[in-house]
Amino acid sequence: MYNFDFEKPSTIADAVAALGAEEAQALGGGQTLIPTLKQRLASPSKLVSLKGISEMQGVCIADDGAVCIGGATCHADVAGSSDVFAGLAGLAGGIGDPAVRARGTIGGSLANNDPAACYPAGALGCGATIMTNSREIAADDYFEGMFTTALEEGEIVTEVRFPVPEGSNYQKFEQPASRFALVGVFVAKFADGVRVAVTGASEEGVFRWTEAEAALSANFSADAIADLKLGSDGMIADLHGTSEYRAHLVGVLTRRAVAAAA
Amino acid sequence: MPKDHGIGASPKRREDVRFLSGTGNYTDDINVSGQAYVHFLRSDVAHGRITSINTEAAAAMPGVLKIFTGADFEGVGGIPCGWQVTDRHGEPMQEPAHPVLAQGKVRYVGDQIAAVVAETLEQARDAAEAIEVDLEELPAVVDMKAALADGATKVHDDLTSNLCYDWGFVEENKPAVDAAFEAAAHVTTLELRNNRLVANPMEPRVAIGDFNRGTGDSTLYTTSQNPHVIRLLMGAFVLGIPEHKLRVVAPDVGGGFGTKIFHYAEEAFCTFAAKALNRAVKWTSTRSEAFISDAHGRDHVTKIELALDAENNFTAIRTDTHANMGAYLSTFAPSVPTWLHGTLMAGNYKTPLIYVNVKAVFTNTVPVDAYRGAGRPEATYQLERVIDKAARELGVDPIALRRQNFITEFPYATPVAVEYDTGDYHGTMDALEKIADFSGFEARRKESEARGKLRGLGVNCYIEACGIAPSNLVGQLGARAGLYESATVRVNATGGLVVMTGSHSHGQGHETSFPQVIAEMIGIDESMVEIEHGDTDKAPMGMGTYGSRSLAVGGSAMVRATEKIIAKTKKIAAHLLEAAEADIELKDGTFSVAGTDKSVAWGDVTLAAYVPHNYPLEDIEPGLEETAFYDPANFTYPSGAYACEVEVDPETGKVTIEAFSAADDFGNVVNPMIVDGQVHGGIGQGIGQALLENAAYDENGQLLSASYMDYAMPRASDVPFYSVDHSSQTPCTHNPLGVKGCGEAGAIGSPPAVVNAVVDALQSGGHKVDHVDMPVSPSRVWAAMNA
Repeated sequence: MYNFDFEKPSTIADAVAALGAEEAQALGGGQTLIPTLKQRLASPSKLVSLKGISEMQGVCIADDGAVCIGGATCHADVAGSSDVFAGLAGLAGGIGDPAVRARGTIGGSLANNDPAACYPAGALGCGATIMTNSREIAADDYFEGMFTTALEEGEIVTEVRFPVPEGSNYQKFEQPASRFALVGVFVAKFADGVRVAVTGASEEGVFRWTEAEAALSANFSADAIADLKLGSDGMIADLHGTSEYRAHLVGVLTRRAVAAAA
Repeated sequence: MPKDHGIGASPKRREDVRFLSGTGNYTDDINVSGQAYVHFLRSDVAHGRITSINTEAAAAMPGVLKIFTGADFEGVGGIPCGWQVTDRHGEPMQEPAHPVLAQGKVRYVGDQIAAVVAETLEQARDAAEAIEVDLEELPAVVDMKAALADGATKVHDDLTSNLCYDWGFVEENKPAVDAAFEAAAHVTTLELRNNRLVANPMEPRVAIGDFNRGTGDSTLYTTSQNPHVIRLLMGAFVLGIPEHKLRVVAPDVGGGFGTKIFHYAEEAFCTFAAKALNRAVKWTSTRSEAFISDAHGRDHVTKIELALDAENNFTAIRTDTHANMGAYLSTFAPSVPTWLHGTLMAGNYKTPLIYVNVKAVFTNTVPVDAYRGAGRPEATYQLERVIDKAARELGVDPIALRRQNFITEFPYATPVAVEYDTGDYHGTMDALEKIADFSGFEARRKESEARGKLRGLGVNCYIEACGIAPSNLVGQLGARAGLYESATVRVNATGGLVVMTGSHSHGQGHETSFPQVIAEMIGIDESMVEIEHGDTDKAPMGMGTYGSRSLAVGGSAMVRATEKIIAKTKKIAAHLLEAAEADIELKDGTFSVAGTDKSVAWGDVTLAAYVPHNYPLEDIEPGLEETAFYDPANFTYPSGAYACEVEVDPETGKVTIEAFSAADDFGNVVNPMIVDGQVHGGIGQGIGQALLENAAYDENGQLLSASYMDYAMPRASDVPFYSVDHSSQTPCTHNPLGVKGCGEAGAIGSPPAVVNAVVDALQSGGHKVDHVDMPVSPSRVWAAMNA
């Protein structure tokens, strides 16, 4: 680890100010950034911890019924909250292990946008709104490819607002070593249609499987997509699975998620 | 009623008090006054010629004491190899130089280019980043068969090719084996890979070199399974330090699994640098470093053929194996695919003709050496897989086919040079059938199928040769060491004993089980016995712990030394009791005169030895300390039968282990609880190999699974509760305890059971799958089902 300065502001405004310094970087739960620093793969001048900002903590329900999760809320708190619908709570409760869930935050996960992370599938699958210190970004506009988002330099994910679906479920097939998603599928049924978001599979990061959404919007049952196959072009191929295997798993997991959500 | 004392009892492990309470003393817990820290600059390319190294800017950085490169080691010896294999044509293997720091070339990702010694570790790392290395990258040699092709890039320019040796065993049998295949009624052929593994002991390697300018003595603290071996190899072959000027200490060691047997460059570096700088020098491996610097295990590619006659008797076995040596020869690497592998190819079966061919190959990968089982898992895996395949091809029950071909008469001389002294293979299979509930399998399969899952049952047997090893025999086979073991038993005046053993405990529980043996022999409480190990200044020259040898060889040395103690104490007791020595009996810690009520306690006799006022000084010396060296007459041959039940999710290919049963014959058992634990751990590692672990390289020689993000270790949730049994006991006939060794059995016996079960499950679902290579990952199973 290289040397860096450390600040732990207590307000969003102070955090934004602190992040104005050159090469400053926000620190959420540190589940990706700290190992990266230990490997000497990053050298920020300053780390700005977001953990001390009380207005970014916790879960509440908005007037329109949306579930609002503070950007610095850890996965364990989301998993254990009675205000969070089962599909999303289940996703949060399956991330990593208890130690990871006690430290890792939703804002950190969405800002990092690891192509195998779980939260991007939940946010995109629900059509969530990413709230930052300066604006609101629809999930459909937020994810821009592997480790890439619409966030500007120094912009902080302060809150994530999830519209509550009629039914939802997240199915994750774990990569056996890291236990990140080899493939993860979040299915959410809303009054006006079904959304299907896939993580772990694509070289472009999280994406919506629109063919499945169309079929499921017409008939929300696993049978409706029994014959639907996702092409393997653009799917990740690595030590743990070929692109064909990942494309196949997307179908299997989508059907399982629908069966569980229905 | 289970015993609560002595041999056969299961007292809790006394060493666990310190291991579980954070009061152990591991090498990294040792800090020598004034120590400096070393960071190794390692190659990030697999193969390259070093054109220049500029350390000038780095050497001027804060805290840097010295930067060493290969040039500093000119005239210093290389890392030696402890075993020379002779090839099919009677020629010695090709043996490349193995420098402490790279000399002109780097040969694998992780090879040491330079070493920075600084006041702090962070300063050493900072300076290492400032070293400028100009490197001409060369094509990486990764695939073994490509490495042997004409015109292949050579890993070592001064060798004739990348072939270390081409070994035939038994070469004279080859024509008869070939003829048996010509005459066979049925031949089953299987090609498979035994996947490369990284041992991943919980404690990474650590080395601290220290030098005392006043005495000229060097000390190395290191994470080793055999400190005396390190002292000999490093002192005599690398640094030229005689044993009496070099102390090697291996204190508490957090797991070895073979990978801490070997002498590593980092050990030699720290010892060398400590003298050069007159400062202690400490190195602690990071986990990332461990992946690319600890010797790897396995990595065989094999074609095996099994010939059967019309009555399904095995008539011959023929194998062709490529064994990866990596870039250099690690300490015992050449012996693993040969004498620890070919000699086991008979397995539990009376196959009369066997021929084994092994080509050992240099590649631009981390050196490969012994890992739990070492050669024997590779033999067992291919043999038990091909037998299973043969049973399917012939439409016969795989257990019945095995039973039909079992060796039943002992001693049995195999056609591959070893003689099994004892065993009862039907006995272990009978025990397995009891604990594995084979009769209930069909009902369990139906229940799985009702849930949309496929269920499979896999069974296999294993035999291993351990208790390594008769020195005169291994000398003939190319070992450059003896493989005896030593013990000094020191009895104190008040009757307590200290045993200084050349064996080394790094998880095996010697501090608990060894005292049980002495307690049994003398009839005293185990708490009166203390075990010392891991320090060359304390224990007599010993060969350490590997090859399931500690109790069979080290325990036997301890028994011999204790017998000498008992013989002497009987002389003293006879004197004190004014009786004939022949009439003295020792029972429950009391010497008595047969047929009388005259007796004297153990403690009174030991006191007399040190306070010899009334003592037969004309016959025997005072004091009570004896040493024995024990060289075994033969290997020991533990054996067993294992069963695995799996469920396969046909949609995803995911395999889950539903049940695992192991019936072993370890001969006599000293501590059944510790034996259970050894079997559990071995099976866990075997399941890890079968389902999860895979050290995979890409075509450029980059290790793809170089961290836990990609290298899958088995976790608790990946393994079931095990059902183990070691009631079938045929005692070893040639060591005093009748013990065989249990450390490696689980890792040897379990991978074929898992893969046999997966194939059984897939075939039950109508999939024509003969084989899936390890690790049997979901992706591979799905691909096999949909091929």
